[in-house]
Amino acid sequence: MSTPEKKRIRGRLIFFSLLALGLLLAAVFADRLTPFDPNAQDMSASLQAPGGVHLAGTDRFGRDMFSRILVGLRTSLLATLTLVAVITVAGTVAGVLAGYLGGAPDAVLMRISDVCLAFPGLVFAMAIAALLNGGIGNAVLALALISWPKYARIARSQTLTVKSSNYIAAVRLSGSGPVKMIGKHILPNILGPVLVTSMLDIGTMLMELAGLSFLGLGAQPPTAELGNMMSGGRSMLQTYPWVVLGPGVAIFITVVVFNLLGDAVRDYLDPHSGKR
Amino acid sequence: MSETVLKTENLTKIFMVRGKKAFAAVDHVSFQLKKGETLGIIGESGCGKSTLAKLLCRLQEPTEGTVELCGQDITKARGAELCSAYRHIQMVFQDPVSSFDPRKTLGDGIGESLRNTGKSRREAELRVRELLKQCGLPGEFAGRYPHEVSGGQCQRAAIARALAVEPEVLICDESTSALDVTVQKKIMELLGRLRVDTGISCIFICHNLALVQDFCDRLLVMYQGKIIEEGTPDEVIFCPKEAYTQMLVDSVLG
Repeated sequence: MSTPEKKRIRGRLIFFSLLALGLLLAAVFADRLTPFDPNAQDMSASLQAPGGVHLAGTDRFGRDMFSRILVGLRTSLLATLTLVAVITVAGTVAGVLAGYLGGAPDAVLMRISDVCLAFPGLVFAMAIAALLNGGIGNAVLALALISWPKYARIARSQTLTVKSSNYIAAVRLSGSGPVKMIGKHILPNILGPVLVTSMLDIGTMLMELAGLSFLGLGAQPPTAELGNMMSGGRSMLQTYPWVVLGPGVAIFITVVVFNLLGDAVRDYLDPHSGKR
Repeated sequence: MSETVLKTENLTKIFMVRGKKAFAAVDHVSFQLKKGETLGIIGESGCGKSTLAKLLCRLQEPTEGTVELCGQDITKARGAELCSAYRHIQMVFQDPVSSFDPRKTLGDGIGESLRNTGKSRREAELRVRELLKQCGLPGEFAGRYPHEVSGGQCQRAAIARALAVEPEVLICDESTSALDVTVQKKIMELLGRLRVDTGISCIFICHNLALVQDFCDRLLVMYQGKIIEEGTPDEVIFCPKEAYTQMLVDSVLG
């Protein structure tokens, strides 16, 4: 009955996985794909319009925009994926422990996460990043500090649901200890919603990281990063728009692809969408 | 026939309702279960039968009282001590499908306790097949997932899981209530046969008087957390002493 629907969902998943894979490969092999050295300055060729030798034009120092976008994509994507991995793992560990142990550990972990949530997110991240003196690593750390509670909450509520289920009671009767219980029975059963959230977060986190870099709190020049490349060209938006639009379009495409991939994963895992 | 395998004294569980009002779900329950005996516990929904079952195998902590299993007090057992107690007491739940981890095969579920007692993967697999056959399922069911089998088949697998460690006491908490009548009958036959084969002691929690009448050696009637009447099924059903028991009997037979 729902077979065509199922096929469509799977098709969408495969399509967006391939697109995301393409972006990832472009980022990983950026060094070999770049037609020019992304940091080589050539003042005689500065601010050339897209087309010709320089596919996406050049910036004010005559650096090839296309090469810089590729390398910038690598910086942005690598930082974003690290960030999402860190908050997913940290949040899940905290949430599962809080949910499983209950009592005092639960109260302490959840109050800490409340404190982190009480500050307006990006403003708090800016404060931390400024305090830590910029740099992409510190921007990742700042965003991780404000983003993990979301995962902790999801993991905790899922753990509480699973913990009260019959099969966990049955597992307990089988004489399994807490490590086996969490590793073999709780984690596999809560991972679905957590992973979908992290897939959907890749786009958001990429934007926030680029945002911090745009404000000068993330990657520092001359490192190519999509956010600080946009920042570098912002005064030339009206005269030489490609310097801003190039990295802007790259951010746009990346965010859209990863968001749609997240949606596709969610639809695929949703038990009501016809699968299982 | 005279050895006591499970004994409770003044077992009590009090729930706090919204932090102030105390509600005794199980109220000073004391009874003994002899080796090879089948004890039925009957009563209406909400009378504390299931809470009592959970207290017996320490899935919930009693507020007061003790549970003694095979001569050992397990009321305060934790960690490894409690795990070893679970080699003597097992439970079959009401809803069979939800009592298996949806991401693990039935064989994994049945074999988990065997693996925990130090059997190798190979040994456990062989034993699981044996247990499934004993419970009337083909050995291939070890590779199936809970959502791939029917309720009755799943309950058979749950019984196989409970029997894996060869426990002395089996608690059946409404184990047939979620199944339709014909399947119910077959599961009862299976339990009856296993009882003879293994000499296991059973606590059979049920609200269906007709089922317990033939199956149990002794009956406890529970009402609002207390045991209000005790006796053989015939005594309880045909000459009840309490008005509540009379009502319970009338509602089924009358």
